[in-house]
Amino acid sequence: MMQDIQPIRSHDALLRVENLVVEYAVGGKTIHAVSDVSLQVARGETLGLVGESGCGKSTLGRAVLQLRQAVSGRVLFDGQDLTAMRGDTLRRMRQRVQLIFQDPIASLNPRRRIGDIIAEPLVISGVKDPTRRQQLVCEVLSAVGLDPSLVIGRLPHEFSGGQCQRICIARALVLNPEFIICDEPVSALDVSIRAQILNLLEDMKARYGLTLLFIAHDLAVVKAVSDRVAVMYLGRLCEVGPSEQLFARPAHPYTALLIEAIPVPDPDVRPAESVPVGEPPSPIAPPSGCRFRTRCPRADQRCSDEVPELRPVAPEQFVACHHPLIAAG
Amino acid sequence: MTEPALLSVEDVSVDLPTPRGNLRAVDRVDLTIGAGRTLGIVGESGCGKTMLSRAILQLLPKKARLSGRVMFDGQDLVRLAPERLRRLRGRSLAVVFQDPMTSLNPVLTIGTQLIETLQEHLELDGNSAKRRSAELLAAVGIPAPEQRLLQYPHQLSGGMRQRVAIAIALSCEPKLLIADEPTTALDVTIQAQILDLLAREQRRRHMAMILITHDLGVVAGRTDEVAVMYAGRVVERAPTPALFKKMRMPYTEALLAAIPKIDAAPHTPLPAISGRPPDPTRPIQGCSFSPRCRYAAGPCYREKPLLAAAESPDHQYACFHPIKAPAGVCA
Amino acid sequence: MASLELSIDGDVAVSPITRASRLGALFWGAIAWMIFVFVAAAFANLLPFSPTDMDMLERRAPASALHWLGTDGLGRDELARLIHGARISLTVGLCAPIIGITIGGALGMLAGYFRGRFESLVVGSMDVLLAFPPLILALAVTAYLGQSILNLTCILGVLGIPAFMRVARAATLTLARREFVIAAQALGATHARILLRELLPNVFLPLFAFFLLGVAVTIVVEGALSFLGLGVPPPVSSWGSMIGEARESLEMAPRLAFIPAITMFLTVLSFNLVGDTLRAFTDPRQGAL
Repeated sequence: MMQDIQPIRSHDALLRVENLVVEYAVGGKTIHAVSDVSLQVARGETLGLVGESGCGKSTLGRAVLQLRQAVSGRVLFDGQDLTAMRGDTLRRMRQRVQLIFQDPIASLNPRRRIGDIIAEPLVISGVKDPTRRQQLVCEVLSAVGLDPSLVIGRLPHEFSGGQCQRICIARALVLNPEFIICDEPVSALDVSIRAQILNLLEDMKARYGLTLLFIAHDLAVVKAVSDRVAVMYLGRLCEVGPSEQLFARPAHPYTALLIEAIPVPDPDVRPAESVPVGEPPSPIAPPSGCRFRTRCPRADQRCSDEVPELRPVAPEQFVACHHPLIAAG
Repeated sequence: MTEPALLSVEDVSVDLPTPRGNLRAVDRVDLTIGAGRTLGIVGESGCGKTMLSRAILQLLPKKARLSGRVMFDGQDLVRLAPERLRRLRGRSLAVVFQDPMTSLNPVLTIGTQLIETLQEHLELDGNSAKRRSAELLAAVGIPAPEQRLLQYPHQLSGGMRQRVAIAIALSCEPKLLIADEPTTALDVTIQAQILDLLAREQRRRHMAMILITHDLGVVAGRTDEVAVMYAGRVVERAPTPALFKKMRMPYTEALLAAIPKIDAAPHTPLPAISGRPPDPTRPIQGCSFSPRCRYAAGPCYREKPLLAAAESPDHQYACFHPIKAPAGVCA
Repeated sequence: MASLELSIDGDVAVSPITRASRLGALFWGAIAWMIFVFVAAAFANLLPFSPTDMDMLERRAPASALHWLGTDGLGRDELARLIHGARISLTVGLCAPIIGITIGGALGMLAGYFRGRFESLVVGSMDVLLAFPPLILALAVTAYLGQSILNLTCILGVLGIPAFMRVARAATLTLARREFVIAAQALGATHARILLRELLPNVFLPLFAFFLLGVAVTIVVEGALSFLGLGVPPPVSSWGSMIGEARESLEMAPRLAFIPAITMFLTVLSFNLVGDTLRAFTDPRQGAL
């Protein structure tokens, strides 16, 4: 049973995920999407969650919001167990935790006007006065940099990807939540728009006093906005640590592999001929022990017999590896 | 370059009629590429890079109107008879698309698709085609190639499918390979492998390659020359090191600056480019980038700058206020 | 700082009005015909002639000032019969698919949204219903419960439910997985709210387009049943029974068969055209260039 793995005093942790396991069945086979993941997010911080496709990070995000049924484990938000909540209590709790998705255009109902879409959370949470709703909608649209009068009466397909993402952020903010899970919010956007949206998220975080869980596969993007970063591979956490430190001195071979693989826009940095490490295995039949061992140059028998646990290797940096790149201190 | 250009795109424009008016997807583009060289074309969505690749391959939508010449190996593809064009495509001119799930036929086995191509263009008989297919799959790094021949695309992962697409493209030893965002849909570790594969095969076969992407990082270490496109035009073109170290176009500078760098400290505000790419159905008077450019002044709003070389003949740019000082490459 | 990026020169995408102007003359012709038939059927009682008045001296009379389309084999005014027939055909033609779209549409949406055992149950029972040969079923019901417009409408309505269920379910399956539905769930919306406010507006158009096609099919089926004498009972007549009765007069007055046939053809064609156009209208919208 994983105890406090990060040195955050419990009452500062806004979100605590404890031993979460999420599996789902596809055509008779079980996909082990999330296997025994524990993490904490302190109030006011941004935790980046990074990993490639199939690692379970999106599933984790949805499971935290109880949009996916967890097989076991708990999710504690502000001390209250979300996994045990049902019905109205859960619905009220949802207003404090919001979600932003990858595809901004698909996140908006194509047949509803923007004004209605943003007012929807207010209606659901019981704000009855239409004038008050209108006022809140206009406020939040201005906050994300859109002119309400030009936006409210239109339909989503009239806007670009970047504008739609702003609208989605506005919708997430209108109830004044405390915690926002951003699931790949900029992956589908152009490079120049990405920077705008990332800046916007940082602004909004400061302005509304938010705590963020930022899920992405692009390390540079994650590093730009996160205080701490957690790296996931095939349903398990590999490494957790402060952003700067983790990227400067990664302890887990997978983190190092990810960092090496990033294309650097500098012609002098000749990309190293990548070691042919093959393809990630399928989440249906993940390897025993350490799941990264099939692609790891340092793997040995112990790696296939024993599942590595998260252990501290440096101040505030934890790694789940039998042969980390940094010797345990 | 002492060799004559293998591919020469001359004053090519592509117009598409839409309900909202004429859309100029590609605006008078000139490009050349020599045998064995790699050209990177970089731009965001809507800049026309995909339309340009379709124009080169003569695979434009029916309603599109193309003007200009596309000289490939001495022949003008625009005026070539359809039958000869068809023989050229797949044989000397190959393409790899972004999404391998849709570029491979989902109801045919990998083997069938490979063998089909080989038989069509090289006129091999069944057995030799099968042998060659297995060799090709091995060459692109697919383990157990004989078994893979019998599998369907959906049974393979994204990276594998892209390797198969590359194998099909390379099967007839093309002279030019156009890779249109070949790794955008793939994970970063697989991306590195696929790009390495392309580079390796290119060197082995002395093949020319056009690498189309929106990611400046991808072209940095892997191309000889880069052309940056914006709003349908080429706005800067230079040998790769020169582009990154001595960029002249403010757009290129802004694009590079907007990419989050792995070396930067967290929470550094990113220098974003304000505004968004122009609507191609509403052409702007003057330079297309002027509404978003920090250096824009007088003539920028009135006339469109032409692509021209100033200091060195192979570094061309289209700007009235080029950046003089060498811009920082990576912060 | 977040910058205002919406251009102020009224950057509006293609509004529905612009798209409507691309609908051809054929579409508007079809609409005109449909309106004409509806109005005629609605005001059928204002006609001077009753469809049942028999004038034995004027049997099979050609078109004249008195009888604009002539009379049929029993001396009844053809035009009056045609217009009253429109009433029947349209009533059955519209009401039966309404049963289909409400019940089938609801079942389809619920099946597509909730999935699991409920979906299997719904799909399974629809399959069973589809397995019955529809004509035999219609015959059995009319034989058991008697021939009447109500029974006919009900049986045709029930037979149409599986098709509507399929369309609704297919549309819901694709939509329910899209992020805007998950976003609504993440906001704490109840299932009912999601079904009514998020899914229904999107499922409605393709379902309605299918409805119009269903009307066309029902008119033909009702016509066929009435032609065989198994549809509406006399003296009430529909276009189908008019054609059936005209069989005897084919040599002497072929127009008695052709007139109702052409009218039915034009009406069915109109519904098909409008339905098809609407379906094309609702196809996935423009993507990025």
